[in-house]
Amino acid sequence: MNGILIEQSLLLSIALFVLGVTGVLVRRNLIMILMSLEIMLNATGLAFIAAGSRWGQADGQIMFLLILTLAAAEVGIGLGLTLQIYRRFHSLDTDSINKMQG
Amino acid sequence: MLELTLFYIASAVALFATVMVITRLHAVHSLLYLMLSLLSVGVILFLLGAHFAAVLEVIIYAGAIMVVFIFVIMMLNQGQKTIEQERLWLQPKGWIGPALLALILFLEVLVMLVQGDISGTGNIVNSKQVGMALFGPYLLAVELASILLLAGLVGAYHLGKIIRKTARPEENS
Amino acid sequence: MLELLWVIPLTPFLSFLFLAIGGEQLSKPAISWMGVGSVGVSAMLTALIAGEFLNGTMQAYPMQLGNWFTIEHWSVPFGFYLDALSMTMLIVVTGVGFLIHLYSAEFMALDSGYARFFAYMNLFVAGMLVLVLADNLLLLYFGWEGVGLGSYLLISFWYQDPVNGNAARKAFVMTRIGDTALLVGLFVLFSHLHSLDIQTLMAQITSRWEAGGPLPVATATLLLCGALGKSAQLPLQSWLPDAMAGPTPVSALIHAATMVTAGVYLIARTHSLFILAPSVQSLVAIIGAMTLLMAGCSALTQTDIKRILAYSTISQLGYMFLALGVGAWSAAIFHLLNHAFFKALLFLAAGVVIECFHHEHNIFKMGGLRKIMPIAFWSFLIGCTALSGLPFSSGYESKHRILLAAFQASPYLWAAGCVGALITGIYSFRMVFLIFFGELGPVAEKPPGWRMRLPLIMLSALALFGGMLQIPLDSVFPALVAQQASRSFNSVAVITAIAPFIGLLIASQFYLTGSLSVQNFANNGWIKPIRNFWFSGWGMDKFYDYLVVRPFKTFCKLNRNDVVDGLNTAIVLLCFGGHLLGSTLQTGRIRWYAASMMLGVVTIIAIGWST
Repeated sequence: MNGILIEQSLLLSIALFVLGVTGVLVRRNLIMILMSLEIMLNATGLAFIAAGSRWGQADGQIMFLLILTLAAAEVGIGLGLTLQIYRRFHSLDTDSINKMQG
Repeated sequence: MLELTLFYIASAVALFATVMVITRLHAVHSLLYLMLSLLSVGVILFLLGAHFAAVLEVIIYAGAIMVVFIFVIMMLNQGQKTIEQERLWLQPKGWIGPALLALILFLEVLVMLVQGDISGTGNIVNSKQVGMALFGPYLLAVELASILLLAGLVGAYHLGKIIRKTARPEENS
Repeated sequence: MLELLWVIPLTPFLSFLFLAIGGEQLSKPAISWMGVGSVGVSAMLTALIAGEFLNGTMQAYPMQLGNWFTIEHWSVPFGFYLDALSMTMLIVVTGVGFLIHLYSAEFMALDSGYARFFAYMNLFVAGMLVLVLADNLLLLYFGWEGVGLGSYLLISFWYQDPVNGNAARKAFVMTRIGDTALLVGLFVLFSHLHSLDIQTLMAQITSRWEAGGPLPVATATLLLCGALGKSAQLPLQSWLPDAMAGPTPVSALIHAATMVTAGVYLIARTHSLFILAPSVQSLVAIIGAMTLLMAGCSALTQTDIKRILAYSTISQLGYMFLALGVGAWSAAIFHLLNHAFFKALLFLAAGVVIECFHHEHNIFKMGGLRKIMPIAFWSFLIGCTALSGLPFSSGYESKHRILLAAFQASPYLWAAGCVGALITGIYSFRMVFLIFFGELGPVAEKPPGWRMRLPLIMLSALALFGGMLQIPLDSVFPALVAQQASRSFNSVAVITAIAPFIGLLIASQFYLTGSLSVQNFANNGWIKPIRNFWFSGWGMDKFYDYLVVRPFKTFCKLNRNDVVDGLNTAIVLLCFGGHLLGSTLQTGRIRWYAASMMLGVVTIIAIGWST
């Protein structure tokens, strides 16, 4: 029974990750993109936990903790950048922030 | 068997919520669904026997990070049209979905807790083990994580600053 | 004395080096002593060696001076070969060369490029001597190129005028065409016979190649093309009249006596090869006959004294080729010898005449010089007598022999030669009557000094009595088949002897007594276009313009942007195109970059899965 659960949860993790990637690619709003990134990070964490549960080691949860820390720092910086972009361009459309083109 | 059913229900909720996140037009709507997705993943973590990780997921991820999101969206008020939006937000069609799903999730956890020790679905790795590992081999990782958070803090402070283009009248003295 | 053979080409070459490097610092007398003296030393040595050689057994004398270069087992030596043929050529080159150098010491005395002139002249003489003395074809080719260089440098001696430069370039390029054919001929010979030593080659050819086969015909044709270029025969003859842009002594030495005879010498040297290819040999005769007629007709219409003499040279070389073509080898070389004497004489006398009339070249603006400059008159008269082949001159002997030999080969060739003799008589005496008879034109009376008189007198003597020189060339050449005595009194000989007299008569009627008017004749309706056609050298220049120059210019215009450079441009365009492609991928949009990252991840996973 343990084996089945681990497999299913890995499957779920993959599905969530793919949905997160879709969200990054489909949405134009900067906030939506950041949210999709969160979905992806979350899915990865789930995969780690599943692996840790399989082997019965604490390492899986520790990796999840570190991922969490990473997500927190990233959200902080990302939202700060979002604020700056909004102040300069007065829009959150990522397609119009293409001054680096060429 | 019970665990499996619970697992399926929780994963169905997670998937549905995630799909909703990426398809909503309103930022706050998708944020609510994201909260739901995170909570359901927390339930799944609990089913997997990672109690510590499940709690962390709920408190930090859904509790802190998502709140930061909400605050930023709040700061980026889009102008006059947000007043009308408030009225729209309060409509049932905005929150009924996440609420219903959250209810289902809640019932699940309730069933789990009532049933007693449902740790047989996986090896339980309890908090004590995690703590021992954190203070043992992964000590350096903890320190690095804290430095990362410090960098994030400083960066967020700087990036959030408002640069005033015009000088204030009191400063001409 | 024969051991000193190697000194003969060496002294002019050393003099060239000395004058080229330090000639500017020397005084004019010193330059002339060095320039003329070096050739004088060669001439003296030649005389001594000739005395020894001709009084001896006339055995061929080879001399090896060490190796030029060695490739694996084959080495090319600096080898000299002295036999009757090269002896004759030595006499011509050093003797006539010395006299011309002496003449030019005074003729060019007022020119600022005095040292340069003698340097180039000595270089030329050295090259020519190497050419005639070489015992292998590669060394001969070395001399061949050397004289080509000397000719180029001397035609464009007054280089400030671009016309001279163009004339020199024309000469060089046209002879170059012949030189390339000659080189290919050398390649063919070497690839089949593995040697370029002339005597070895001739022996091997006669023993191994069959007559009329493809190899002898091909090789002989290639060598013939080389000779055609250097000796200004059809179709490569139009450079010689333009080469008269150089100083008169240059025209005398190079374009009358020595360089243009190099082609004749080549064919004579490799006569065994031509004997093995009878078709090519008859081609030689036909080309000679055609050229002598064409050049003679052109000479009739020219007004520039030097151009008349140039066309006359082409015509006389045609006689020599005619002789070679019918197998009269000795007669051809004999005519070469005599031609050197009287043609050099004519050019040197023409130099005096031109100086007298204030550098005027047009003979119709001259006249009556007979009384003022007797030396010029008598030299010119003797020269023209020899040129026409009137009796008691050397030209008579050699031309007679050639025409009789031609008659034995084919009556048509003989007829062409006779008509040519007639025309020669007309144009040569036309010159004499127009320049020296009639009213006196504008003259500058400066009688030439001894340095110009002496060569004129000596060459006049040689032109008159050179016919009595009996150079025994039978040791080199096979005897003419069915040789007839040269003084037999049959009708052929009579007609041959009379032809130049008829020419003289015609010329006198037009130009001396004026009983037939030239103006009426020339302005006749159907004569005028013929005259213009002959004046332009039978339209050869225009022909070459349409055949070669215009297509080349069109091609160059098409290739203005350099097609080959297009490769470099293509590389640049490729890089630029790559840059444009690359920059379109830089949209600056986040989602685009994220999508490309996902694409990359998918690809890597797919690759990882498939392997």
